[in-house]
Amino acid sequence: MPRPLINVPKKVKRGDAFDIRILIAHPMESGQRRDDKGQPIPREIIHSFLCTYGGEEVFRAEFFPAISANPFLTFSARAVDSGQIVFTWTDDLGATQFDSVEITVE
Amino acid sequence: MRRLALLLCLLATVAQAAPRSGYDDAGPQVRAMQDDDDANPGFLWVQQGAALWSRPDGSASKSCADCHGDASTLRGVAARYPAFDAKLRRPVTLAQRINLCRTDHQAAPALAPESDALLGLTALVGLQSRGLPIAVDAGGPNRPFVEAGEHFFRTRQGQLNLSCANCHEERAGHRLGGALIPEGHANGYPQYRLEWQTMGSLARRLRACLIGVRAEPLAPDAPDAVALELYLAVRARGLTVETPAVRP
Amino acid sequence: MRLAPSRRFVLGAGAALLALPATPARATKADVAAAIRAITGGAPLRPGRVKLDLPLLVENGNAVAMTVGVADPLPAAERVLSLHVFAEGNPLPNVIHAYFGPRSGAPRLATRIRLATSQTIVAVAACADGTFWTDSVELLVTLAACIDDL
Repeated sequence: MPRPLINVPKKVKRGDAFDIRILIAHPMESGQRRDDKGQPIPREIIHSFLCTYGGEEVFRAEFFPAISANPFLTFSARAVDSGQIVFTWTDDLGATQFDSVEITVE
Repeated sequence: MRRLALLLCLLATVAQAAPRSGYDDAGPQVRAMQDDDDANPGFLWVQQGAALWSRPDGSASKSCADCHGDASTLRGVAARYPAFDAKLRRPVTLAQRINLCRTDHQAAPALAPESDALLGLTALVGLQSRGLPIAVDAGGPNRPFVEAGEHFFRTRQGQLNLSCANCHEERAGHRLGGALIPEGHANGYPQYRLEWQTMGSLARRLRACLIGVRAEPLAPDAPDAVALELYLAVRARGLTVETPAVRP
Repeated sequence: MRLAPSRRFVLGAGAALLALPATPARATKADVAAAIRAITGGAPLRPGRVKLDLPLLVENGNAVAMTVGVADPLPAAERVLSLHVFAEGNPLPNVIHAYFGPRSGAPRLATRIRLATSQTIVAVAACADGTFWTDSVELLVTLAACIDDL
């Protein structure tokens, strides 16, 4: 699976809110479709997403099959200290993936 | 004065004949998705293509970058495809060119049509020409293939007995159900289609069109398929490359 | 694209439909109400504070840009803990549940959602003072004329 595309500003001012935008490659198979033989295609979605910053939670979400394929998500964080922003997501196959970016707070 | 009138008349004809990108027919949401590289899912494939670009492959253990350097050196290349291959004595699509590179120079197996890897590399090379006018060669050795492609475009086929031109030329701008019929220009492939929920090639789109009129879909790499892609590129001259485009 | 069904096929399909258990293909208003109750515990929903942004006319239901959030800053005791989105016309009522932690910058999110058909989408914001706020959008989803192969 290709890496997600994560967009955060390289530098932010302490105390400012900034946007985090993430695009994850995933089919988000809804479990509602059938294949060309009429057999149901089993559900396979990312069901949970978590973002932490300096070890503390920024944003957490529970996804349902109504989230589009290749999920795109924008949310906001507050700049406190320079550090690592970590993203974790888990899909129906039980696979948990991580990615992270560094941010500089001035 | 008469000359001026003639000139104006000519200009009006040209303006009327100017091709209209599917981008202009898409809704504001789809356009916004294409305009924002952070939100355009096509860039997931571009990123995968970029990773493959510098990865050695095949028994030659060479990467694309070993011969071409940075992908940006291929600026303008995608705008000229499909292009005539002197050795094969026929035009080849950009995806076919990438696979020829793999088999001839990397000694690696060709990538499967519609595979993420082939779509990714094609999207990466296509992106380098984004914003450049389509500059495919309609003359020289390409000419008979352009003619064959146009012939295919204008030939009625399938149980619905429709040609490409019936819908995308004669009825472009009209509606079929609630959907607008676009002119059907191929200036943004590979592109992310919401209908597909993934990235796809022009070949996939053409297959779907042919199934739509209940005709026999073209086999991948069929000579007619490449000729049609070539004619579509000639027909889209005046538009710029939009790869990776987003369409409904 | 599918072939137009023959009359025999339609009759057969009708018979098969009769034999099916009565499971709803779409979430209903009642399903959404139940899903909301699971969040609110039955507390009243008030209109306001939260804003749900969706296009009123959707070209393709596979990816519809949605923004939901509470724009006005609230005192800490009333801060937004979570946002929830529900769909009345999808096969399932839940769309997304989002929770805002101590490092959140604003109680707001944007994503892309699937809409099976024209319907009403409902957003609920849960605040720290135990209040729940709501907004909804009724939208129209147009269908593609040319259906692709899978």
